[in-house]
Amino acid sequence: MNPSILTRLRGARRSRLLKSTLAATGALALTLGLTSCGKADPYYSGSPNTVTLPVAAWAGSEANVAVAKQILEKQMGYRVKTLQMDEPVMFDALNTGRADAMLEDWRGVPKKEKKYVEELKTVVNAGELGVTGHIGWYVPTYFAKKHPEVKDWRNLPKLKKYFQTPESGDKGQLLEGSPSFSTYDDAIIKNLDLPYKTVYAGSEAAQTKEIQKRAAKKEPFLTYWWIPQWLNSKVPMTEVKLPKRTKGCDAVASKVDCAYPYTPLTKFMNRDFAENGGKAAEFLKKMNWTTEQQTEVVKWMTIDKMDTDEAAAKWVKENRDTWEKWLPDK
Amino acid sequence: MSTTTLTQGKDGAPAAGAGEQLRRGLAGRPALMALIVVLVALVAGAVAFDGTWPKALTFDVKGPLDDASNWLTDNRATSPLFLYFLLHISNWSEGGVDYVFTFLSNLGWLGVTVLATAASWWVAGAGLKARALRIALLTACIFAVFGVLGLWEYAMSTLALMIVAVAASAVIGVLLGLIAGLSDRGDRILRPVFDTMQVMPAFAYLLPLVLLFGIGSPAALVSTVIYAAPPMARLTSLGLRGADPAALEASRSLGAGSWQRLWTARLPLARKEMLLGLNQTIMMALSMVVMASVIGAGGLGDKVYQALAKDNVGMSLIAGVCIVLIAIWLDRVTAAAGDRLESSPGSAPAGDTGALTLERLGARLIAAALVVFAVVASLLGPVGERSWPTDWTASVSAPITNAINSFTKAISDGVPVLGGTDVWAAHFTSWVLNPMRDAMQAAPWWGVLLLVAVLAWLAGSWRAGMTGVLSLAVIGVLGLWDKSMDTLSQVIVSMVCTLVAGLVIGILAARSRWVMRLIRPVLDVMQTMPQFVYLVPVVALVGVGRPAAILAAVIYALPAVIRITAQGLRTVDPAALEASRSLGGTGWQQLRQVQLPLARPSLMLACNQGVVLVLAIVVIGGLVGGGALGYDVVYGLQKSDLGVGLSAGVAIVCLGLLLDRLTQSAGAGKRGGTK
Repeated sequence: MNPSILTRLRGARRSRLLKSTLAATGALALTLGLTSCGKADPYYSGSPNTVTLPVAAWAGSEANVAVAKQILEKQMGYRVKTLQMDEPVMFDALNTGRADAMLEDWRGVPKKEKKYVEELKTVVNAGELGVTGHIGWYVPTYFAKKHPEVKDWRNLPKLKKYFQTPESGDKGQLLEGSPSFSTYDDAIIKNLDLPYKTVYAGSEAAQTKEIQKRAAKKEPFLTYWWIPQWLNSKVPMTEVKLPKRTKGCDAVASKVDCAYPYTPLTKFMNRDFAENGGKAAEFLKKMNWTTEQQTEVVKWMTIDKMDTDEAAAKWVKENRDTWEKWLPDK
Repeated sequence: MSTTTLTQGKDGAPAAGAGEQLRRGLAGRPALMALIVVLVALVAGAVAFDGTWPKALTFDVKGPLDDASNWLTDNRATSPLFLYFLLHISNWSEGGVDYVFTFLSNLGWLGVTVLATAASWWVAGAGLKARALRIALLTACIFAVFGVLGLWEYAMSTLALMIVAVAASAVIGVLLGLIAGLSDRGDRILRPVFDTMQVMPAFAYLLPLVLLFGIGSPAALVSTVIYAAPPMARLTSLGLRGADPAALEASRSLGAGSWQRLWTARLPLARKEMLLGLNQTIMMALSMVVMASVIGAGGLGDKVYQALAKDNVGMSLIAGVCIVLIAIWLDRVTAAAGDRLESSPGSAPAGDTGALTLERLGARLIAAALVVFAVVASLLGPVGERSWPTDWTASVSAPITNAINSFTKAISDGVPVLGGTDVWAAHFTSWVLNPMRDAMQAAPWWGVLLLVAVLAWLAGSWRAGMTGVLSLAVIGVLGLWDKSMDTLSQVIVSMVCTLVAGLVIGILAARSRWVMRLIRPVLDVMQTMPQFVYLVPVVALVGVGRPAAILAAVIYALPAVIRITAQGLRTVDPAALEASRSLGGTGWQQLRQVQLPLARPSLMLACNQGVVLVLAIVVIGGLVGGGALGYDVVYGLQKSDLGVGLSAGVAIVCLGLLLDRLTQSAGAGKRGGTK
């Protein structure tokens, strides 16, 4: 065959081939598009009889979910899907229905709470968990015993030399945790005019490791910390009293100059789940346990290095009286 | 420089080398002078002016980004964009992953193990061949390990997400590969798209994806596809383009139409490349699926992350090991399938698809039996229990945690005289990191821009200079100048540490087969182990702060640098080595004068790879106190704050572009000089 004809022929065939490939791709896209022509359900949350519970990065949140999961799965026949995410994102997930219920909210994202609960009405308050949380500035008790004056914030400038690190330079270091935690510490430092600098550990894991490391050497440190916290039974901590709370002292984030509140931890639910979630929703609304009970499970999970599910199963076995009250009425 | 040119002389191009040197000398001197001038200006400027980018030249992106993010959340349930497009994708992925998980859990642990073992055995060639049996045994063992370690459900959940993610990536990859492989224009358009998809750090696009598709499986799936589809597409395109013209001609002469030809000749001929692409895609998907645990992907990645918050390093290590095991399993199975293709030339295309030999019939029967088994088992409910029986698990995490803790404690401050890593890290921060960061932040912004331009010019590429200057300018305009300089100082230090350590170990590995054999499995594990696993041990060693972030980056980037260095040194032309040996060179001389100069291209490649990897882990550094840009990205993700997260992500991409182009053009320039 004449080579030039051959090339031309090949060229023609090639472009035809290309066209048909493109046409096929188009057709495929079109069929995919057609099957999805209908409106999508904006609150789809996977298969039925599945309850999706978000878990925050801290151990207490994990304990709540693990216990709820044991009871929902073993006693009530649901499948529980857990999702690792942080407090602010949880509200987004509740809004979209990707998650059904969050069991421990520290009221740390008032803006989102207002938007979803009051404005969009996609999320509802589902009652208190029974545990009370408190955030504050803490020093290890061994340091507070040696320097009792540290318990008052007014003495912090005098004590800054104990808290200096290479990261904080000539200021004292205030160790912070994960970015997801609600903190006003930068504002507090500025408004109280303290010679301190926040150093973000970046995750709870890094923060607890740093604390344990320093505690092992009995070194002083100042940290953003909270109760209930599992590490407190291993490294006892003492709070540094910040200025008393007055009405509206933490209304504007950049003007905060007072201590953090004591917060009753609260449960929130996706509205659709709260209304049509059946027994699972009813159970989660009734779920309520004390700080001591939660701390017990957390202690097994952390200090005793028990697997989370194992620890929850142990608690469920030993505390039938408590959780039987959470079960929906027959 | 002269040694380089001399050794080049042995390659037989002395004339070209001399001419090149002349040109470079002429071009080099003014550039060198410019460099000196810029450096002087930098120092003077740092003393005289305020170094940061002026406020007037910044543009507020936070406002518009926050508006966009608000719009997305407000209109999610009403906008047609969501109702008719985005939500379908996210509901499908949610449903798909759920479906696969339900299927696996309906099979029960016994069913899943039997099915996986049989499928692997079948893919590896079936029959009683040693290889197939070995793979089957490996599979059964790996699944048993998931159970014994008590992570069965988590492993299944990761596996479910993996199955859907790999399927989606493979289908999309093949479609894109078809376009790129069959049309030159398509190739031209798609190539830069693939480049961007692969270079962009995944953390930069996780947050926008969460807003568009919702947290959990959907965002995880989409990000995995973005990350893992390019290799499949590239290799498919390569396979299509590289097809033997004779075979195509033969099929054409048999009168096959273009579709038929694609189906019966071109695609089957590209099978080997496509399988390699699938293998790559699987590996990348796995690493992404783990990384996506920060956006609620679930499974083993979650386990790694949660265990860390409870100071349970042992548990997170175990979960990490399970991930490595999944990687090993999938890698071996796809590799076995690839070898089978290679070893059976009879599997060739076109004509013989019709012939039904006895062996083929057997294979089909087995495949059919597998499908029937899967369907029946999942319909009739689980074979045995759904999950691995709890009595058969062993808890090994506590002893591992204790061992790791006492080990890190010992070397963090228990080393006599020398102090230990903790003290070193403190000195390192005070004497290296702090001065360096302060200097970079104090240096005037225009001076840094000039410096980058001149450096790129010296390296021999003005285009790289343009890209570098532009990306720095973007950082300035975003208002992230100070933070970026902080991150940049950390990245440079990590780079230097990685390169020094990588070069030393790489040279050792290249010179001694024994060392290589010893470190190869370590490198394999280091590369597949999710980065989260070593966050806590790193903090235990050097405390919270920038040294921890740098250590994490070095650990992550080191394996690739070692590999490339060792490879480069080992493939140096044996003739050149022999020549230097016959001239009486000692081992050290050989290394310094022949091997290292000749391996320069691969050393530069190692440098470039190191930069890309170090930048990819900047965000992980934010989790252990690295601060700056990495922290901002984590903050954005955890607070779902698009303004902070996305602009920091963009700044990281810009730093990446800058360093990538600089190192790449340095490599290209040097290579140009050696030819």
